[in-house]
Amino acid sequence: MAAGIRTSRNGSDVAVVGGGLVGLAVALGIQEKGQQVTIYDEGDIAFRASRGNFGLVWVQGKGDSYPAYANLSRLSARLWGDMAASLEESTGIDLQLSQKGGLFVCLSESELSQRANMLDQMAANHSEGYPFEVLDHQQLKEMVPEIGPEVAGATWGPEDGHVNPLYLMRALLKRFTSLGGKLINSAAINSVQPINGQFHLHSADGRYVSDKVVLAAGLGNKKLASMVGIEAPIFPNRGQVLIAERVKHFLDYPTGHVRQTAEGTIQCGDSKEDVGFDSGTTTDVIADIARRAVTMFPLLKDVRLIRSWGALRIMTPDGHPIYQQSEEFPGAFLVTCHSGVTLAAAHAGPIADWIAEGNPDPVLNLEKFHANRFQV
Amino acid sequence: MPTDSRFNRLPVSEKGLVSICIEGQTITALEGESVAAAVLQAGVRPSRTTPVTDSGRAPFCMMGVCFDCLMEIDGKPNTQACMTEVRDGMVVNIQRGARQVLGDDL
Amino acid sequence: MNSNQFDLAIIGAGPAGMSAASTAAKQGLKVLLLDEQPRPGGQIYRNIGSPALKDRQILGPDYYYGEKLLTAFSGAGVTYLHGATVWEVTTDNILYVSVKGESRRFEFNKLLIATGAQERPSPFPGWTLPGVMTCGAAQILLKTSGLTPPGPIVIAGSGPLLLLISCQLIRAGIKIDAILDTTPGKNYRSALPEFLGALKGWRFVLKGMRMLSEIRKAGIQQLSGVTGLSADQDESGNLSAVTYYDNKGHQQTLSCSSLLVHQGVIPNSQLTRSLGLAHVWDEVQKCWKPELNKWGQSSHPDILVAGDSAGIGGALAAELQGKLAVFEIVRQRDAGSATSGNNEIEQEKAIQELQQQLVIRPFLDRLYSPAEEFMSPPDETIVCRCEEVTAGEIRSLANDGCRGPNQTKAFCRAGMGPCQGRQCGTTVSSLLASELKASPAQVGYYNIRAPIKPLTLGELATIGNADSNC
Ligand SMILES: Cc1cc2nc3c(=O)[nH]c(=O)nc-3n(C[C@H](O)[C@H](O)[C@H](O)COP(=O)(O)OP(=O)(O)OC[C@H]3O[C@@H](n4cnc5c(N)ncnc54)[C@H](O)[C@@H]3O)c2cc1C
Ligand code: FES
Repeated sequence: MAAGIRTSRNGSDVAVVGGGLVGLAVALGIQEKGQQVTIYDEGDIAFRASRGNFGLVWVQGKGDSYPAYANLSRLSARLWGDMAASLEESTGIDLQLSQKGGLFVCLSESELSQRANMLDQMAANHSEGYPFEVLDHQQLKEMVPEIGPEVAGATWGPEDGHVNPLYLMRALLKRFTSLGGKLINSAAINSVQPINGQFHLHSADGRYVSDKVVLAAGLGNKKLASMVGIEAPIFPNRGQVLIAERVKHFLDYPTGHVRQTAEGTIQCGDSKEDVGFDSGTTTDVIADIARRAVTMFPLLKDVRLIRSWGALRIMTPDGHPIYQQSEEFPGAFLVTCHSGVTLAAAHAGPIADWIAEGNPDPVLNLEKFHANRFQV
Repeated sequence: MPTDSRFNRLPVSEKGLVSICIEGQTITALEGESVAAAVLQAGVRPSRTTPVTDSGRAPFCMMGVCFDCLMEIDGKPNTQACMTEVRDGMVVNIQRGARQVLGDDL
Repeated sequence: MNSNQFDLAIIGAGPAGMSAASTAAKQGLKVLLLDEQPRPGGQIYRNIGSPALKDRQILGPDYYYGEKLLTAFSGAGVTYLHGATVWEVTTDNILYVSVKGESRRFEFNKLLIATGAQERPSPFPGWTLPGVMTCGAAQILLKTSGLTPPGPIVIAGSGPLLLLISCQLIRAGIKIDAILDTTPGKNYRSALPEFLGALKGWRFVLKGMRMLSEIRKAGIQQLSGVTGLSADQDESGNLSAVTYYDNKGHQQTLSCSSLLVHQGVIPNSQLTRSLGLAHVWDEVQKCWKPELNKWGQSSHPDILVAGDSAGIGGALAAELQGKLAVFEIVRQRDAGSATSGNNEIEQEKAIQELQQQLVIRPFLDRLYSPAEEFMSPPDETIVCRCEEVTAGEIRSLANDGCRGPNQTKAFCRAGMGPCQGRQCGTTVSSLLASELKASPAQVGYYNIRAPIKPLTLGELATIGNADSNC
């Protein structure tokens, strides 16, 4: 980029606000291009989807009525293997990525046929094909013998997988800092001011200047985006997740509601609740989640729940990401989505390239992710 | 080199006795005492191995906070031995690493 | 009021819970008392209803004092559930408790948390080896089973319980091979200014001196100023010896079959934390405790805390706090009515007695403040027993930018195992604090959420089902 004239010693080429999965992935991608990136993040307690999510690298059904999003998810899933390998090589952290396919288990016939219809529709919209299979109870049982008698069947997506999202974060951070990227913790950015083609970021105890700013502050984006001339309709949607004790390996594939992690723990989720900024847990919801889990896999009945938590998804009205450069203040970018695990490889790759160098890869279909789609 | 790992019983007040089987060895325990106590008296050490590195552990806190006394009690894996009372005929085994899933077979 | 509704639910049947229960019943409250142990008594009066030991000299009168409390509470008409593990309390006055694998739901007007203390996790290299156990655990084995650990026995650490268990074993005729006192020398200096105040609690001072002389008379090797404690293992992975530096800085090794360790006790704050109650870091007691007024009222209007879970004060203080909390509940109930003020005299008396009980604390807390090596142990020490995470890993995460225990938990699993952080929480906070040159208050603590104790998915799945009583 054109030599950044730094007006402050705290300055950097690119400031990324938010050190969650989205911020870290984008920041790493830009830092890898040789630009100096600084991430500004909050302290130990914050609303952090990155720490509370379910760990799926998921394609099946994503963007069912929005091909651009479906394509982006598939692209990212395809880039994931390389990203995981290179992160493991450079950091020594095994992300526990497994992309052997995933199941969406349906308890009733109507749930199953609805889902099958949805996937049929997607296949019709994707001329290059959209792989999936519908499995009835018997077919599913052959694949996963532990399935319960009340289960109707499942849909199978060969491109789905799962990963340890916490190790993903740790590896992204480690790689980022090893390349010279800077992380400023405990610095909630309260405002972003565009001044003479640069951006001034203010926190309670500092002011930072950069040539570009990437807003990846999750739920914090709504407020910050408006300061750089972007209207971002973002709202929280709570998910509760349960983690049960380590058990010997029995489940080969992730499912939309239950997965066994590489450590052997059982993760069950996830609810979708519109409760505002409350990341707590509620007894009724965790009981519902447990009910679904033991119906899917009755052998989980005597397995003990160790922890539960609530986390807030970062939602938009249509559920799809927003990727946008401010027209009013070029150099300011908004990056926000609710599937930061799945999309991590896209964020660290083509999205970061676009921010660092301009000229988005046409395959991204970036114009489809502009927030002006919400202005009807 | 210390060899005996068995806890010793002081003179106790009149209490009922129960028989339990720990790792195939039948021992007599006091009615109302915990499985962990019986296991310590039997000298079974370690009483579990960890799912992380397979290292040996034994009851540590005896008050339900450390979870190092997890054992397989009457077929139920990962049960806190210090919080479970002995019962005549009980079968207790070392918890080796991660537990099995059993579900309805219980 | 239906059978699942209570004026007062009390969690914990130790001295605080038992005295609160009988006081409340006398005041006409409908009381529910829950405890996960199979018998009432709490930690100090464990098994007091059917003591195991024939010889009452061994545990001494302080233990059997509990019989009085038990009698008072047994006749009081309280609904008491034992083997009852509370796994969730909500801020809208509902609690869920697991009894024999089945969950029940209760509603309460007021809740008294009297869940007591746990021993401070005191990590040192080798503390996970079979053969190492806490002094409290050894004492529980005496109380419930009349069992004593196999010799050679070494006792190591600091605090009143260390002396007490030593004396109890001596009285039982058990040989203790050595007592390694890790109380830092500087504590004697910092405690000294509190000594005059402590003399007002002369009964305690006397008790302490009697214990010390009992140990001396037994001719037990007692070393002060011990540092660098570590436990060694034999080829089968069990404890074989303890290694330490004596107060001259010479490394010594003692072979042993049992190593009993202790570094004081800290409030059991899992429940108070899960409720989101305000907590403060007590720099002298080096632990977290809920923020309370003098009646034990927490930041939630319907939740009170008494006994050691409110801050460490000992059994007699707990008993008084339990009473005071009930007086406060009754005062709130009667405010403005004709009966208001009925308990004032008794209440005033309890407050004075409580002050008398607590007069020794500033001295004890300073004297027995844990040595730095247990708050911030050497790198190779396992701090999270469940997930086997070392102090070195926590330190390196601090250097990589982690600012608090929830971040380190996410990155290395410390605090994610079945003990739910009980054995590593304070250590991780203080490790991070020392690494980041901050106080534990700034660093914070794990977010604690339901379930407070693990429960099966199958049991959880019954909640809200039409055919369950939940
Ligand atoms: C229950 C649940 C399950 C999920 N499951 C999956 C899944 O299976 N697969 C998948 O791909 N995705 C999943 N996700 C989504 C994924 O976790 C998120 O997409 C991703 O974490 C979002 O990353 P983020 O960086 O935008 O947001 P966050 O992780 O929330 O990070 C935002 C960061 O910004 C910081 N911040 C906010 N405001 C400011 C400010 N003013 N100044 C400085 N810093 C600020 C915050 O402290 C935080 O660190 C799930 C989410 C939830 C809630
Ligand atoms: S010995 Fe600690 S939980 Fe049982």
